[in-house]
Amino acid sequence: MAELLLDVRNLKAHFATEDGVVKAVDGVSFELERGKVLGIVGESGSGKSVTAMTVMGLTRDVNSRFGGEVLYKGKDLLKVSDAEMQQYRGAEIGMIFQDPMTSLNPVYRIGEQIEEAIRAHEKVDKRVARSRSVELLRQVGIPNPESRVDDFPHQFSGGMRQRAMIAMALSCNPAVLIADEPTTALDVTIQAQIIELIDRLKDDFNSAVILITHDLGVVADIADEIIVMYAGTVVERAATRDLFYDPLMPYTWGLLGSIPRLDRPRPDRLHSIKGSPPSLITLPQGCAFRPRCPHAFDRCMEQPTLESHVDPPTHLDRCWLDVEYKRSHRADTISGRTEAA
Amino acid sequence: MSEVSQNGGPLIEVRELRKYFPIRKGLMQREVARVHAVDGVSFAVQEGETLGLVGESGCGKSTLGRTIVRLYEPTAGQIIFQGHPIEGHGARQLRPLRREMQMVFQDPYASLNPRKRVGSIVGDPLKIHHLGNKKERKARVEELLETVGLSPEHFNRFPHEFSGGQRQRIGIARALALRPKLIVADEPVSALDVSIQSQMLNLLEDLQNEFQLTYIFIAHDLGVVRHVSDRIAVMYLGRIVEMSPAEELYVRPIMPYTEALLSAVPVPDPDLAAKRERIVLEGDVPSPINPPAGCRFHPRCRYATQVCAEVEPPLVEYGNGHLAACHHPLNVDSALATAAAGSTAGS
Repeated sequence: MAELLLDVRNLKAHFATEDGVVKAVDGVSFELERGKVLGIVGESGSGKSVTAMTVMGLTRDVNSRFGGEVLYKGKDLLKVSDAEMQQYRGAEIGMIFQDPMTSLNPVYRIGEQIEEAIRAHEKVDKRVARSRSVELLRQVGIPNPESRVDDFPHQFSGGMRQRAMIAMALSCNPAVLIADEPTTALDVTIQAQIIELIDRLKDDFNSAVILITHDLGVVADIADEIIVMYAGTVVERAATRDLFYDPLMPYTWGLLGSIPRLDRPRPDRLHSIKGSPPSLITLPQGCAFRPRCPHAFDRCMEQPTLESHVDPPTHLDRCWLDVEYKRSHRADTISGRTEAA
Repeated sequence: MSEVSQNGGPLIEVRELRKYFPIRKGLMQREVARVHAVDGVSFAVQEGETLGLVGESGCGKSTLGRTIVRLYEPTAGQIIFQGHPIEGHGARQLRPLRREMQMVFQDPYASLNPRKRVGSIVGDPLKIHHLGNKKERKARVEELLETVGLSPEHFNRFPHEFSGGQRQRIGIARALALRPKLIVADEPVSALDVSIQSQMLNLLEDLQNEFQLTYIFIAHDLGVVRHVSDRIAVMYLGRIVEMSPAEELYVRPIMPYTEALLSAVPVPDPDLAAKRERIVLEGDVPSPINPPAGCRFHPRCRYATQVCAEVEPPLVEYGNGHLAACHHPLNVDSALATAAAGSTAGS
């Protein structure tokens, strides 16, 4: 077994607001080994970004309350001081944000921003930092890096900016790379380039990746394991193949059915999940997905737990429906034929 | 083109449309170069039809959409709406036409005025065109909100109170307010989650059936475009490089650029994704200030030869309404290719 880098156990992140306590993350567990890619999938507001930002220590605030553990190489990152967290952030765990337009500082040159990241963690002089920046830009596929290193962000295209962000995240050789919707703002052609780049760099840098997305199609050929999040909790967790070929949670079916597919005949209507995600302040009683689920029944008023119902035992889901019922009904839901609740 | 609308022609047609943006420099603001955003585009859209317009960022698809509804002044070429050329119309002449053509924008956050209530965002088009009194306008707005799946109680709310998907519904309600014939939708779903995206695509389809709308649907994702379009035009650097009935494009792409775009769409099936050949296009779209000579796609094309760098291929018909501009067409037998090369279609 490869080295266990990140072990998140029953992570909770609650935020006190004027309207009440927002339970953004409410009991999330996963493990990440070196060389692996974990996909976190869910809609906006499902808690996937907050999970990532809490692992990075970016959600610390007077109004935040955390629970559970974030064990990085055995050390609980929730317990370390802010100053100590600085040592991990960037150097041990790097992060790529969704929007490459707003996450780069427009008034500093690309090179300066990468050098700053390097010099924040290592005692090297400016010349060394600069040549490392050039080398990093080359590794992420920026053509002519010796001159582009002096460009400003506005001189880069969207795809190039995201490459520069990746270069910055990799500048201190982190063991874990968290990519939060790295391709959502980009064209499909550039998305394909960036996903391939992340997959290649993971091997070059011998690191592990957490890839956050709302689109299951993006993680299909890169992730080893996938967790599906809904309303702050994990509703299904499985090895990638198991999740795609034996999806057990009706929410996962909804996500699968929403994707317009090129590999199948065009359906008359796309499946869509009715309504929108619930408020994280007052969740529905029982299963949080119940109000939007076309298969909900009496028992869904009780809160289901995340457990194994099938073989292999690593495949977990949070649903009361009988496995046989699910296997015989899911095709209709995914293809959009079940509309009635 | 098969279908014929009531007045015998297409609802909208563009011929050799061009839109260049000048780049000015220096004290005298002298024009030093031009961005060739749209560089000779021709097509026609029948009433009730959906034309999908696909391409990467910077290919000119948004500029084309905006020029068609006359948000931009065309540099050259013709725009013919319901049989009448409108490219030379001034603001006053355009006003009645604005009722017939509306637009849905990409960014549901930037395209709604944050200081206005939903009621006036959706109702202002009615006011500008002097339609109905205050009470009638309110009733109409409430009806529109229901049509797009919102509730009439939302009338007095502000945009920030809504999610991205709901905001896009407001944008659609605004576009529908004047009962237009043509809606140009510029990437209406690309800022949304996949689950909300499918709601929106279904809504657009329902509205089209209910109000006999004609759509020009702009997107970069061929998966999304396939779902809504009757015909699809693929754009690259200001030109249409392939145009075909929707399903045919997916079964038989002729232009290598289309093939690459298709292979970039992610497939939610791990085994298939691993087996599928993914053609990753290197780099970005070249600058439209100095487009490459010959075929504009040749620097990124894996089939490119000497002729591609020298001669610009014309848009040629390959049967069944399928046009493509390529020296090395894919999925075409040689007899058809020679025949097609002889007869130059398009323009």
